[in-house]
Amino acid sequence: MPRPERGDLARFDRTERWLHWANATLVSVLVATGAVLYWGELSSVFGRRAMFREIHVIAGLCLPIPFLLALPGRRGRGLRRDLGVLNRFSADDFAWLRSRGKDPAVRLGKFNPGQKLNSAFVGAALVTMLATGSVLRFFGPFPLAWRTGATFVHDWTALALGLAITGHVWLAVADQDALRGMVSGTVPARWARQKRPRWFEEEAAGVEEISAGAAGS
Amino acid sequence: MRILSDMDGAPVGRRVFLGLAAFGVSGIVWGSKAAGLMERLLAPVAVKDGTGLLGLLPTGRFRIYSVVGRLPHRAPADWRLDVDGLAGAPYAIGYDELLAMPAVELTKDFQCVTGWRVPGVRWKGVRLADVLDRAAPQAGARAVGFESFDGAYTETLTLEEARRDDVIVAYQLDGKPISSAHGGPVRLYVAPMYGYKSLKWLQRITLVATAEPGYWEQQGYDVDAWIGRSNGRSDEPA
Repeated sequence: MPRPERGDLARFDRTERWLHWANATLVSVLVATGAVLYWGELSSVFGRRAMFREIHVIAGLCLPIPFLLALPGRRGRGLRRDLGVLNRFSADDFAWLRSRGKDPAVRLGKFNPGQKLNSAFVGAALVTMLATGSVLRFFGPFPLAWRTGATFVHDWTALALGLAITGHVWLAVADQDALRGMVSGTVPARWARQKRPRWFEEEAAGVEEISAGAAGS
Repeated sequence: MRILSDMDGAPVGRRVFLGLAAFGVSGIVWGSKAAGLMERLLAPVAVKDGTGLLGLLPTGRFRIYSVVGRLPHRAPADWRLDVDGLAGAPYAIGYDELLAMPAVELTKDFQCVTGWRVPGVRWKGVRLADVLDRAAPQAGARAVGFESFDGAYTETLTLEEARRDDVIVAYQLDGKPISSAHGGPVRLYVAPMYGYKSLKWLQRITLVATAEPGYWEQQGYDVDAWIGRSNGRSDEPA
């Protein structure tokens, strides 16, 4: 069995990385402009509020575009497969959740269950933000109580989403090898073997190994 | 294509995603009730909160609405208020002149008809009664119309309501000049009524015999907007 321990494993393909960073850019713009709109103190200078509002609305309406571009066809194969992986929770995943990640017998696949739950939450939160934000922006046809409801949900979801994003960035920066997977697309085989052993074995079994290690071994 | 063992297991992720998305989106409908509950639960706590952290939460804070797409703006130096209609002495007044009139201060909760409430807001301004008296209302004047310089927002009060001590032409909010977002430089503040009566971006006051319904009344809100006694709501008076 090949053991490309000194090599790299492909983790995210070009489409997945493009989608991640396109989404990250839009969400960053939304968080920044949203913060200005939310804290009036930040937008005390005249005129800026209207401008920030326009940017916020445009960035929000653009949110589905990268996803819709990335998903279909051949280029979306990796993305669709990973979405399938994120959907499935193995027995090990449940054991990991019960032990809060401390059970040494747990052998994780490509994603840990925290990542799976985070992706489900962030996806649902973005859908919620887009729907409630649309009601806030285009409130004309809706009952006035919907405007209140949309405001309420938009505000609290923004808060929860802000915490989730902070945690996501925190963990990514704390694990440079994992971060590299989303920057350059590959992770060190050593990292995969230690942190995602089940995924490592499947990759090492020979399908998607790319390797610096091949030359060395 | 190879079957990954990652594809085994329970399809939990999709359920979590769909469940949360349905919960969040449906909040458009149930959110106004939850918002009212949250204001009532958190407002008393926020008053005692020494850390200021609760101030960051989305409760007990103003929501900025504008009836036109943009936020109207006028610098104090360019601002002018016309007081006219059934008046013996119609007049116009500038920002500095308004500030030179006898001032009153009010500290009250600001209650929006959509449910949110901001506790203990400090207002400073001139009693509307004083502004009206200066124009010498004629005997036929029974009501007052208000116009905003956004070109769309209008409001009305009966003359009797307009003469109350807790109805002011406001130019300060929480000790600072009123910002454009909050309806500055000068807005109406009608303390006993829901927020929509407190017309923002005030530029004209007209004494009339009978008032046409204002902007929000044409959208279905009550003309008599007493807090807790109108619009089908039961809020505590401010």
